[in-house]
Amino acid sequence: MTVAPHSPNDLARAGGAAAAPPRASFLPLFLTPPPPVDAVAVEERVAALAKRSIKKQAKVAGLRLAVAMMDLTTLEGKDTPGKVRALCNKALRPLEGDPSIGPCAAICVYPNHVSTARRALEGSGVKVASVATAFPSGQSPLAVKLDDVRRAVDFGADEIDMVIDRGAMLAGDYGKVFDEIAKTKEACGAAHLKVILETGELGSYDVVRKASEIGIAAGGDFIKTSTGKVQPAATPAVTLVMLEAIRDHYYATGRKIGMKPAGGVRTAKQSLHYLVLVKETLGDAWLTPDLFRFGASALLNDVLMQLEKERTGNYQAAEDFSKD
Amino acid sequence: MSREMTKAAQPSAAARGGAPERAAADGAEPRLVFGRAWDYAPAPEAADHVTIAPRYDLFIGGAWRAPRSGKYFDTINPATESKLSEVAEANAADVDDAVRAARAAYESTWSKMKASERAKYIFRIARAIQEKARELAIVESMDGGKPIKESRDVDVPLAAAHFFYHAGWADKLDYAFHGRTARPLGVAGQIIPWNFPLLMAAWKIAPALACGNTVVLKPAETTPLSALLLARIIEEAELPPGVVNIVTGAGETGAALAAHPGVDKVAFTGSTEIGKRIQKALAGTKKRLTLELGGKAANIVFADAPIDQAVEGIVGGIYFNQGHVCCAGSRLLVEESVHDVIVRKLKDRVATLRVGDPLDKNTDVGAINSKMQLDKIKQLVDAGAAEGAERYSAPCALPEKGYWFPPTFFTGASQSSRIAREEIFGPVLTVLTFRTPDEALEKANNTMYGLSAGIWTDKGAKIFWMAERLKAGVVWGNTYNKFDPSSPFGGYKESGFGREGGRQGLSAYVELDG
Repeated sequence: MTVAPHSPNDLARAGGAAAAPPRASFLPLFLTPPPPVDAVAVEERVAALAKRSIKKQAKVAGLRLAVAMMDLTTLEGKDTPGKVRALCNKALRPLEGDPSIGPCAAICVYPNHVSTARRALEGSGVKVASVATAFPSGQSPLAVKLDDVRRAVDFGADEIDMVIDRGAMLAGDYGKVFDEIAKTKEACGAAHLKVILETGELGSYDVVRKASEIGIAAGGDFIKTSTGKVQPAATPAVTLVMLEAIRDHYYATGRKIGMKPAGGVRTAKQSLHYLVLVKETLGDAWLTPDLFRFGASALLNDVLMQLEKERTGNYQAAEDFSKD
Repeated sequence: MSREMTKAAQPSAAARGGAPERAAADGAEPRLVFGRAWDYAPAPEAADHVTIAPRYDLFIGGAWRAPRSGKYFDTINPATESKLSEVAEANAADVDDAVRAARAAYESTWSKMKASERAKYIFRIARAIQEKARELAIVESMDGGKPIKESRDVDVPLAAAHFFYHAGWADKLDYAFHGRTARPLGVAGQIIPWNFPLLMAAWKIAPALACGNTVVLKPAETTPLSALLLARIIEEAELPPGVVNIVTGAGETGAALAAHPGVDKVAFTGSTEIGKRIQKALAGTKKRLTLELGGKAANIVFADAPIDQAVEGIVGGIYFNQGHVCCAGSRLLVEESVHDVIVRKLKDRVATLRVGDPLDKNTDVGAINSKMQLDKIKQLVDAGAAEGAERYSAPCALPEKGYWFPPTFFTGASQSSRIAREEIFGPVLTVLTFRTPDEALEKANNTMYGLSAGIWTDKGAKIFWMAERLKAGVVWGNTYNKFDPSSPFGGYKESGFGREGGRQGLSAYVELDG
């Protein structure tokens, strides 16, 4: 990658050419900048969808799906092999006594814990995701970031969760943002790439929309809201804006990009709200762990509690669920 | 950028866990699928705690009275065609009783009462509507067919808001009309439509009472129940007898009310056809008149609009309340360069609309209000197809019983076609295109109506430029169907005259001295 696109048009051509041979019908989409986003209307739409009544079998099916979509995450300075192994066990068998629930989609850890997680999850189908690229700030030289990625992949990561350079994004240096993502994708090899926009630092839905398009055009398999280290992290509204960018890319190219809200999704009810957003924005094809993930740590136990409530009719104490 | 480099930036199909879309490769448009991968379970609002009486009499002079006509008519649930109740049919003699009761209440108590006391009664009605919100919403949905989420979140809260707002004005009318004295008119005869039965009753009754008038209200014959529940609330609020009278019936009852010589002011919301008849009947009389009639609003989308949000606004603008909305955005004017993308998004969005049981909390589009209205919609839709426009209807299954019409839109229609000129008053949108702002304006104003309009653009200056030139009573910018009691609502041209809501709305119910 030697040519860094510096305008939305350059960028669009780059992404468009990458996705499919240019066709007259989708060229206009790429010759125009991303559409503006109306904040009031986005939040209104999200609030309307929060009122969907998800009960009984729909609730159970939704919550089971949420478990299967979960990237169970621990990203702390105090993480140890013991903690990571415990979390892996939780991902493999979220609810002791009911093997039909789970497993989770992935474990998400720092590069130093990838090997531990790899060994704990070997043969299970649960993926190992590693944050990289000088997570969470991304404020390191590109060479360091790419090295971070290669090492995580060498340790056995199936998925890489990178952060974009928000400084470059806000300074208007979109070419730099694009280039770094494209190079990270190259460094990933066969590993899946999730591009974290850190929407809490981007300031407006318009910038979120633009960053989404850059992340997609530069080769991200998923776009992801947040590191979890910045407030606000994922919100339904920011997720809807990103889903709309994914939809427009699908319209233009037929390529399905995944979505991962991360941080701030704590309750079963919230997770169902996100699934409603996916169902009513992108439809059936995205209701799969291949294309939608939750980045969360506290969410799982609340979902399990609700599932047990649906099964038994009673709420169990929080202490009844293992805290790994 | 060379092919090789861009290839590197792409994940392999295997890494994505699926084959690349064949649709994209063979040139067909990739399609989203809104199917049953994760179905919502039925979520019906429980209606077992709501009691609908088998029969309702007239509410005249603070009492429930059998009609002198001796006749009752059925009101049915349009979603099931089953009878909900039967309702008194007021004849001219009943209307005369009601007007006399209103006159007596006006002379003896209401016009003499301290304004702050009057306000207390109106506040009481507002609070009672909030307390009975759930019951009112359920009955509104059962009698009229609208989705419970709309009656629950829009109709009932807004009805309460109108009473609260006008209660506040009752003792502050001097501030609404600076330097002038506002006096009540006397007896208001009010005739309301079936699309927002309770809300329209609130729009009519609240300002009339706040200004010191008494009221005879006639609800629409297909949706009388919520107004009768409101009569119960008014009874429980212990308003002096006769201040509000509710007479149910059809067109003849309304005509008798409008023509009654004891009525000082007529307020009508409904079709332009009936509005014209009322205006003719009132010509040369002392009666004051306000009319809120039909519409064929232009919802104008520029290429620089927030497209996804505009699509939401288009959908809300036309499919809200099954399109039974006088200010519905029934003519979509899109800038030609974004026509195709908007139509594509509209198709996908319409596919997600949930049509069915009005009492299901997840229903987006409910039942058509009556057989008569359904026939009218079908007739105009057939005319659209006959005139060569291309029809698209949501691929939804409709219940066998009841009155239903799928959310529908037409493309390729011309400005002169019937579906672009006549009010359909159903879930049917006509898509037209324009090239420049001037052309958008010309087409938007090229209608006999002038109730409302919508403008979608990211440029504030363009919104103001358009809004100044649109001949419509309400113009929404980057939103649609927003209502507030403080915001006046009303039309230009054949959409009627007079305003409801805000200070402007009060002036329809007062005589100004000085």
